[in-house]
Amino acid sequence: MILFLLAVGLAALSGVPGLFGRDREGRTAAMLMTASAGLGTWAGVRVLLGAPAPALRLPTLALGSQGLLVLDPIAAWFLLPVLLLSACGAWYGVAYWHSPQGSPRWVRLVFGLLTAALAVLVCAAHMWVFLLAWEGMAIAAFLLVITEDRLPETRRAAWIYLVSTHTGTLFLFGAFGLLAGLTGHWDLAAWPRGFAATSQGTLLFLLFLAGFGMKAGAMPLHIWLPPAHAAAPSHVSSLMSGVLIKMGILGLVRLVAWVPDPPLWWGGLVVGLGALSGILGVAFALGQHDLKRLLAYHSIENIGIILLGLGLGLVGKSTGHPALQALGFAGALLHVVNHSLFKGLLFLAAGSVGHATGTRDLEQLGGLGRSMPWTSAAFLGGSWAICGLPPLNGFISEWFIYLGSFRALDLPRWPWSVGILAALALIGALALACFAKAFGTVFLGTPRSAAAAEAHESPRAMLIPMAVLAGACGVIGAFPALIVPGLDRVVATLGPGLPGLAGLTRLPLLTGLALALVLVGLLLVRWLRGGRSTEAVPADLPTWDCGYSQSVPRAQYSASSFADGLVSGARWVLFPKVHAAKVQGLFPRSARFSSHVSDPVLDRTLDPLLRLSVRGLSYLHAIQTGQLPVYLLYVLLTLLFLLIWMVV
Amino acid sequence: MSHTLASTLMNLLLHTLAVLVLPPLIPGLIAKVKAWLAGRSGPPVLQLYYDLAKLARKQAVFSRTTSWVFLAGPVGTVAALLVASLLVPFGHTPAPVSFEGDVILFAYLLGLARFLTVLSALDTGSAFEGMGAAREVSFSALAEPALFFGFAALAKATGSLSLAPMLQAHGMGKVGHLSGPLILILAGWAIVYLAENARMPVDDPNTHLELTMIHEVMVLDHSGRPFALVLYGASLKLVVLGALLVDPLLPRLAQGWLNWLAFLAALGLLAVVVGVVESSTARFRMTKVPQFLLAGVLASAFAFLLLLV
Repeated sequence: MILFLLAVGLAALSGVPGLFGRDREGRTAAMLMTASAGLGTWAGVRVLLGAPAPALRLPTLALGSQGLLVLDPIAAWFLLPVLLLSACGAWYGVAYWHSPQGSPRWVRLVFGLLTAALAVLVCAAHMWVFLLAWEGMAIAAFLLVITEDRLPETRRAAWIYLVSTHTGTLFLFGAFGLLAGLTGHWDLAAWPRGFAATSQGTLLFLLFLAGFGMKAGAMPLHIWLPPAHAAAPSHVSSLMSGVLIKMGILGLVRLVAWVPDPPLWWGGLVVGLGALSGILGVAFALGQHDLKRLLAYHSIENIGIILLGLGLGLVGKSTGHPALQALGFAGALLHVVNHSLFKGLLFLAAGSVGHATGTRDLEQLGGLGRSMPWTSAAFLGGSWAICGLPPLNGFISEWFIYLGSFRALDLPRWPWSVGILAALALIGALALACFAKAFGTVFLGTPRSAAAAEAHESPRAMLIPMAVLAGACGVIGAFPALIVPGLDRVVATLGPGLPGLAGLTRLPLLTGLALALVLVGLLLVRWLRGGRSTEAVPADLPTWDCGYSQSVPRAQYSASSFADGLVSGARWVLFPKVHAAKVQGLFPRSARFSSHVSDPVLDRTLDPLLRLSVRGLSYLHAIQTGQLPVYLLYVLLTLLFLLIWMVV
Repeated sequence: MSHTLASTLMNLLLHTLAVLVLPPLIPGLIAKVKAWLAGRSGPPVLQLYYDLAKLARKQAVFSRTTSWVFLAGPVGTVAALLVASLLVPFGHTPAPVSFEGDVILFAYLLGLARFLTVLSALDTGSAFEGMGAAREVSFSALAEPALFFGFAALAKATGSLSLAPMLQAHGMGKVGHLSGPLILILAGWAIVYLAENARMPVDDPNTHLELTMIHEVMVLDHSGRPFALVLYGASLKLVVLGALLVDPLLPRLAQGWLNWLAFLAALGLLAVVVGVVESSTARFRMTKVPQFLLAGVLASAFAFLLLLV
């Protein structure tokens, strides 16, 4: 526990030296974060390898019976990506700072505090500690989102984030208060058998699902996620998307661990939410032109995949199906880590693009693969992994969930698992389309603007964190057996007596096939190289393009045209807004075209609703006269009313 | 023991040989059938072998726009399909690699091939190739669920998640010979087969109007050895996906070599059928292709529903 506390302390204080002018670039902060990550990782890995879970107890305070903080396997599993991503983010932040707005020292200080809050949160074993850390995390993230507060859209994003995170917290206050009232203590501990099926159990589940789902960004509750991720500095977006939204998942995982006998509909509801978030998340991502907003919608999609796995495990727990539980939970948990790796990577790469070109608009980019080869390779690696393509890590976790849902086809009481299969297949195909669009538009072809043409590769401090994350994606993808012992230990805490993954899956064969894939690829590359000397061919040839050799960059297929087939095919959910001038006559005037997909909940439901309610409430202006005696009169009338009510 | 080991090795050898040598024959057969039906004599059946040999000797030309991603398309496609072919049983011969869940790996390897092809098309910066790439990813979003509903139905019927037992469960369980679900699955997959292999009525590989093509337009700029890989990859896909279609229909025969023969004959027959379909239908308008694919999704979804009751 000392190790862990030291890690938290180092992370929390990492920004302090910078306040006194010693640490202008943030190298000291980054080193402190690395040290913190090293210590914390050691503590976490020891737990995952079977060491007893260390706990922090303060007996004199008599707070809870199991202590304030417990580094159990679940905590350790969520702790590792927190530490890895924040260390990577800290180094990235050293070189990233380009914006004239916002103070880098301030960002570094709060970044450290956010990391510490996240680390404490995953270990919290007491409701107060949990809520304190939760609130610390929420506020630190708010302060980071609002870094560039001179931009109106940043202020709006941060405001929406603040409101929704507190709405979520409100649900959690309700849930924890109710739970403490029922059990008589503040421990986060197992529920008694039979309690989950009672009406209080139902209410608690719904409150937790709303509170944690809000943080995770599950589909109808996701409103804060796209604007906040787009507005924050990229290493902050990377940490938010990679681990902060996973704290919602952490809460749900803890809930699963507490409940010995969840009713069947819990799993069904979670699966339904997962399918909704997954499919709509990727569908809305297809309609985005802002690189970081696109990635943010993909976070919603991946939360959907995680929820599909979690729901499947819950169904397994309700029906007493051990293999289903093991595969569902393992898929969800592994996807938590995988998503933090590849989405962290993608946000860092997107930040690198923004750093080089000053824009996030896909239609202004293009051809960056030549000027930024390393960033481009990193983004390709992240795209490859997030589409779940072998041999990278995204495939492994999705494979577990697929295996689980195929097994669930035999459940007599639960016919929905074919829906999971269809949803996963559809999500996979759409994600592939979306990342082909994103990678293709940003890095391939020719630059679509002067800014993109003048792009330069980012400094090494930004590239190395990306390389670390990409390497981790590759290792988990090719050698999944390495992480199985730790994963088994986490899964075992979610249900008693679950079978190990090594017995359920043939991971060594996957490794063999992954290596075969790489080997065949290398052989083919060799064969291509071995062709007749290519020197004789003139080096500087245009794309053939059916003879249109004078093609201009603007004539390339744009991101919106690429996605148009799918977006207009799904217009009955996406409602794309298209502004196009009619082209007519022999010599048409110049015309403009733009298309836009706005958020279904925020822009099309909540916004009109809130406008309406503001208009309705404006009628109350009449009673706000601003004169003190009138308000005193109101107080008097209220008191009189209460008095009469009490007497009668 | 030594006998089974020897036969396993023999099968592995035959499988590899079939994967490496056989594929270019299939497009040749299809072209021949189409030529006959049109009253022409057509190119020789072995034409693709000649083409590949010629391309392997030719120099490749690269546009100044392209990067290494341009080569990743052909290389990745062939590599992914070769690995995927290890998972597929050819007729009633055992697949070289078979394990629970290899179905998903198979589908995702096809996805990998598609991803890299699309990226290498976008790498040229050509609007034509971008158009083809966009169509490819849009249509595959419907092909994928059709494939998976079929897998789900077969998994439900056979209780297995591995391609070999799923496709070879001849006359077992609920997917007996030519039972309703099996017919529906195969109908759905036949549509996927035509779409994934860029055949009529979804795509016309022979047209010279780049605007109307899907797959061919994505590889307009490939030449020399990379183009040889593209062509070989396309023919390999015809074989690998073809095995999905013919395997469930083949009877299990006693001798190993008879099974091989039956598979090869069935594959040839499939090529003939594709040729006939291509000769007798016109290409759909692009806007109608999604409806055609949706029919495939529905067919395999109905197959699954039939297995539920």
